[in-house]
Amino acid sequence: MCTTCGCGSGQTLIGGHALKQCRHAAGKVQYRVKDGQARFPHPNPLPEGEGVHSHEHAHTHDSIDFCNGPAGAHAPGMSQARMVKIERDILSKNDSYAQENRRYLAEHGIFALNLVSSPGSGKTTLLVKSINALNGSLPLTVIEGDQQTDNDAARIRATGAPALQINTGKGCHLDAYMVGQAMQQLTLQDNSLLLIENVGNLVCPASFDLGEAHKVAILSVTEGEDKPLKYPDMFRASDLILLNKCDLLPYLTFDANLAIENARRVNPNIKVIRISATSGEGMDEWLEWIKEGCRNAASGMRVA
Amino acid sequence: MHEMSLAEGIVQLIEDAARADGCTKVKAVWLEIGQLAAVEIDSLRFCFDAVTRDGIAEGARLEIIETPGQGWCMKCEGNVPVTALYEPCPVCGSYQIQVTGGSEMRVKEFEVE
Repeated sequence: MCTTCGCGSGQTLIGGHALKQCRHAAGKVQYRVKDGQARFPHPNPLPEGEGVHSHEHAHTHDSIDFCNGPAGAHAPGMSQARMVKIERDILSKNDSYAQENRRYLAEHGIFALNLVSSPGSGKTTLLVKSINALNGSLPLTVIEGDQQTDNDAARIRATGAPALQINTGKGCHLDAYMVGQAMQQLTLQDNSLLLIENVGNLVCPASFDLGEAHKVAILSVTEGEDKPLKYPDMFRASDLILLNKCDLLPYLTFDANLAIENARRVNPNIKVIRISATSGEGMDEWLEWIKEGCRNAASGMRVA
Repeated sequence: MHEMSLAEGIVQLIEDAARADGCTKVKAVWLEIGQLAAVEIDSLRFCFDAVTRDGIAEGARLEIIETPGQGWCMKCEGNVPVTALYEPCPVCGSYQIQVTGGSEMRVKEFEVE
């Protein structure tokens, strides 16, 4: 099992190739010891004769050692154990990769969006239609995240836009390291748009910052109005909802206003665009929102 | 199942700190998990046991300090408890609440031998 994301070993693929390098810092403690190696070798063995544990070996603990604690002595009732305070966020490793991505994107004036939704909400179709509607007016690149297959990247490439597929194997979300690696493989133009289509999953991607400017949640009207309440973390983490497949509303009992009200219960500031990739409804508003973001990202680069 | 990723993140933080400290056995780990954090604690415990196997934190006790959810109600202009992200203000019923606490996921400290 991959020791960072918990996915199957070596199953994360970018563009069909395994991740180039281990995600862990060089020289980290090897905690999966090889057979026959000392289980807990002493980092600084004492000179011979200066304590019971002065040698490197696999412990069998046939003696009780009271001299090797931090105080070098034992007081009745006091444990030799001591506390190491670290006070670090659990996601701090991912967040530091995300900050690197964000810095790179800012320096190059690139506007990056992290598109999140359940499977089947129409993300890829919406992306294809958006890319066609932009019609080359904006340089853009797409990173596709799925557990398996590069079908989605192929659909994007068919529009003429460069796309790279990340396969997460057993993983349920993209993380900032994967996206950073993908960004290095892609040639990102200055002042361009980067669209990252996350793995279809309304749970896990909420916690993993990729370095994007905004998370955009796609909710289709063939789902339930209460999705924002069922999956509040994702709707709280997002800045925009694309309420997709709105052309189907006349045929459904879906109450769009109730869905939006539910989303705003979780995130009072969330913006909503009603959209349909099929009929084109709301597409202008969505594309204008993207263009404004791109202008701001580009002007941010000039200021910096 | 991103709890597996979180558990791996915890183990990495502990290992880095343990290496810097020169210790070789971690006996217990204290986490601070907010009531509003996107984490299932039972699942995290299960994953922690799995990923610490054969490592310096194998068999370590996992102590979880749950911190309460807190928010700032814009209508009441005051701090209010928040039990879930979709719940209204318990005082005025408004949903205009900014969460101010209870979404943290931190490794606070660990005990070494």
